[in-house]
Amino acid sequence: MNKVKQKDLILYSGLIILGLAAPYLFSAFKVQLTYLCVLIVLAMTWNLQGGEMGYNTFGNILFYGLGMYLTASVQVGMFFPLAEWTESGGEKTFVHTTAQYFQGIGVGLLVSAIIPAIVAGAIGYAILGLRGHYFAICTLGLGIAAGEIAGGIEIIGAGQGFTTPPFPAEIVDTEARGKFFYFLSFALLIGTFVFVKYIYGSRFKLILNAIRDNEDKAEAMGIQTMKYKITGWMCSAFFCGLAGGIMGGLIGYIDSTDVAFDGREMGVFMVLMAILGGKGTLWGPVIGATLFHFFKEGLWTLILGWQYVALGVLIVVIVIYFPEGLMGWLREKYPERFGEVIDEKDRKAQVELK
Amino acid sequence: MDFLIFKAPMLMVQASLDGILLGILFALIAYGMALQWGVMNIINIAQGDLVILGGYIAYTMYLVGIHPAWGVIVSPIIMYFVGVLLYKLVINKVVDRDLFISILATFGIAIVFQQLMNFIFGADVVVAQSEYGTTMLFDNSVTLPNSKIFSAFISVLYAVALVIYMKKSRLGRAIRATAQNARAAKILGVDTEKVYAATFGINAALCGIAGALISITLTLHPYVGLPYTVRSFMIVIVAGLGNLPAVALSGMGLGLFEEFADYILGTEFRIGAVFMLLVFILVYRRFKLSKKREYLK
Repeated sequence: MNKVKQKDLILYSGLIILGLAAPYLFSAFKVQLTYLCVLIVLAMTWNLQGGEMGYNTFGNILFYGLGMYLTASVQVGMFFPLAEWTESGGEKTFVHTTAQYFQGIGVGLLVSAIIPAIVAGAIGYAILGLRGHYFAICTLGLGIAAGEIAGGIEIIGAGQGFTTPPFPAEIVDTEARGKFFYFLSFALLIGTFVFVKYIYGSRFKLILNAIRDNEDKAEAMGIQTMKYKITGWMCSAFFCGLAGGIMGGLIGYIDSTDVAFDGREMGVFMVLMAILGGKGTLWGPVIGATLFHFFKEGLWTLILGWQYVALGVLIVVIVIYFPEGLMGWLREKYPERFGEVIDEKDRKAQVELK
Repeated sequence: MDFLIFKAPMLMVQASLDGILLGILFALIAYGMALQWGVMNIINIAQGDLVILGGYIAYTMYLVGIHPAWGVIVSPIIMYFVGVLLYKLVINKVVDRDLFISILATFGIAIVFQQLMNFIFGADVVVAQSEYGTTMLFDNSVTLPNSKIFSAFISVLYAVALVIYMKKSRLGRAIRATAQNARAAKILGVDTEKVYAATFGINAALCGIAGALISITLTLHPYVGLPYTVRSFMIVIVAGLGNLPAVALSGMGLGLFEEFADYILGTEFRIGAVFMLLVFILVYRRFKLSKKREYLK
């Protein structure tokens, strides 16, 4: 047992060192690495819903977009009038000083973590009572409705978008912006991973699995399923909001339907990544997101213009042929590595039965 | 918020007529949705994109110089084969599986369709001119495009024809038998695979008709498919599977809701209102059902 832990320790410290060194090793790809961290966070939090709880949601994009708008709004609103900022290229008239910028983004991220979690808690009772595909469609509608409504609200820029505060010009180091956002997202990734790993070792995960496998029976066993479902969703919303806030700062421009409530891209990506890696596993979403990101960045430029066709075909192929994902496939192939013991006698008996 | 509509009765008449005529069109799409949901137990997110594709077929005819109204005959025929092809390629692998798999797989199809239509027809908003003119009612205070009346009439015509076909023909009976119990139908010699393919084809054909009508009454754009999917999904939930009068009624109700939302909230919130209505209907349904469950306890 001790040996296994030592192995884990080497693995984790190796990954953390790699993560810390990455922006220096691949300094041209800092933005891509930041994207990767955010994608992994989104996939892992989606996995809590879709993989562990069995509630396949398209609605986590709601919290992502909400976090994005909240961070930017707080960052601007703390120092300048928000309405004037969004009305006419406010980033030229009002300039954040270095201190103001970092204060703003700090408070903004805090708000963008808490408010989505509160929203998730508030709508959770109504929405999480839906089962199966009704839940999926409802959350899909919720995400798109949020985008359409945000596109009609004047104070956050309506349809013409919202420019987030530019990185303070007083910092001379041109690499600073990339590094700042990379380390921010990396910290978020570590935080999410530690949290999810903690959940995987707790009773909470078993309860979520019980809900996935048979909700009525879980309820009959005396588990207050609704309480746990809402808690699970709030955890996801917390991290999705943070991820959205960081992405808003990185992209520098928020559009209601193409960047923030981007159900057509981000909203599908997170589902796809979790399924590709294998839902219901700790490492599945991480591997899935990494593979997907490499695939996307490698192929997107080669097949310019056809990327959405490729994405659509990829979705169909993955969903139909690999619904268990990479981890599921590995598990089938090497069950002993996953701690599953196969009773040879039993297996032979089953084969004979067939 | 703009409550002008409640002060002017003529605006209300206008909105109501528009809504009802539009709603009949939505009901036609929803009928296809109910058909495939009931028979094959799949939810097709690409439904709206099939509609838009059907619309583009009529629009292409318009560009070539044929009157787009002929699209209501040509478009379903082409779309039937598109539907059967789609069934053979993808859909036959998601029948009998988890509904979420069908949702995701058809989501993938929807993305492919959107992008291909974007390549072929461009990203502009287009409309096929039918040049049917408008009818003026109540001293010219209510204007009604004749194309809308035409589209409602054609929708009703096709819906009635389909109902009769489903009742009387051999294939229609096989489809209904499969919907009731696929296994029993198989035992009694129904080739369910063929029935599924035909069902999906008929659904696509219905989408084709609706699309051709939309190309002359409303506008077409490669990325506006999803609202049509959601509308038809909503109508089916409210009306239930296989209840045709209810489908027609709730379709009209949805049309009315949209027109009034358009006037009161403003056009920019129209699609948002549709999606919010979906959320509200689902949540309402959930509370109603949970009450029933508690009662059973």
